[in-house]
Amino acid sequence: MLQGINLACVRGDRELFKDVNFSLEAGGLMQVRGPNGSGKTSLLRMLCGLSNPAAGEIHWCGTAIRSLNGDYFAAVTYIGHLSGTKDDLTVIENLRISSALSGFEVSIAEANEALGYIGLGGREALPVKVLSQGQKRRVALARLLVCKTPLWILDEPLVALDVMAVKLIQELLEQHLQQGGMVVMTTHQEIEIAVASITQLQLA
Amino acid sequence: MFIWIIKRDLLLAIRRQSDVLTTLFFFIIVVSLFPLSVGPEMNMLRTMAPGVVWVAALLASMLSLCRIFSNDYLDGTLEQMLLSPQSLSFLVLGKTLAHWLVTGVPLVLMAPVLGIQYDLPVDALLVLTATLLLGTPVLSLIGAIGAALTLGLRGGSVLVSLLVLPLYIPILIFGAGAVEANMAGVGFDAHLSLIGAFLLVSLVFAPWAAASSLRVSLE
Repeated sequence: MLQGINLACVRGDRELFKDVNFSLEAGGLMQVRGPNGSGKTSLLRMLCGLSNPAAGEIHWCGTAIRSLNGDYFAAVTYIGHLSGTKDDLTVIENLRISSALSGFEVSIAEANEALGYIGLGGREALPVKVLSQGQKRRVALARLLVCKTPLWILDEPLVALDVMAVKLIQELLEQHLQQGGMVVMTTHQEIEIAVASITQLQLA
Repeated sequence: MFIWIIKRDLLLAIRRQSDVLTTLFFFIIVVSLFPLSVGPEMNMLRTMAPGVVWVAALLASMLSLCRIFSNDYLDGTLEQMLLSPQSLSFLVLGKTLAHWLVTGVPLVLMAPVLGIQYDLPVDALLVLTATLLLGTPVLSLIGAIGAALTLGLRGGSVLVSLLVLPLYIPILIFGAGAVEANMAGVGFDAHLSLIGAFLLVSLVFAPWAAASSLRVSLE
């Protein structure tokens, strides 16, 4: 379970948010909302453990994530603004290497299957630099298929995606939530996800 | 995972050969400029050879330092490495090792050939190569700390030189000193052992220090 207690974020001398509390149970989706510059990305980076909150604690299954370190990282898949793909590597190399670094070694066949599902079939051997923005995003999102972690933290996952891909991601999220996974995401696009427990977190 | 990171960085180096070749050609050109400018005074060339080759190796390895982390930082792959369940120090060690294989090893292999321009005797060439073989990994390891500290800063590459060059001085002194000792007919074991000691110490501490710096730089 992911729990945020009295979280605060300070950038320079500006306080972006304070006293943010939430609790996310298995199978739950949390949508973080707020205008540009309200600290959505900062909050997600805190939840990943990339930065420390100015105040407050983040707990994973009852333990502070700061003391869990590697064990917590093994449970999280983060897809941020930056795609985390190397332009000079091919699509399949990118997927296999990035998932191996997250602790999931996938075979070529598994990687091909995941890329086919995400709509990149036939483009496995192309270097990422020749792909379009939306296709690059799909390469990054393909990690969700092969890295079987319970918590997904997605920062604007739908940016640059076409209608078909948005539908695909929607299905993927529903499936993940049904299997007891958790998702924290930000998006400015409307997305209909059929899920039992959905939390909206509004940042001022 | 260690193997994956090395494989990845080597693959990237193969795809972007210009980065590797720049370092190597810089080294070759700097070392070759001296005999051309000083003139064919054999005794003088022999005396200055170890120092010149070592200084050129230092500067060449400086040249590529900024790239250890900056490309990964810009495309977000470094962020993903920070979130890896594997300890970050281990990944940094892998990246540094790959950096050495790509930039250090070619220098080591070229050094004996370049040394001929200075009329160095064969055993001095061998000692020079041995010191570079032991010393260049230390340059990569210490350099990784500097690169991690200055990540994302404007003018980072200048700052890296200021941070890292003073730390390179002991390696420079003992590296060049070993070759000079050999040519003077004195034992050079002590010099080599000291460089070996530097290597061991930096192998233990540098990845850890670079990993902590990365966490601070990316916060």
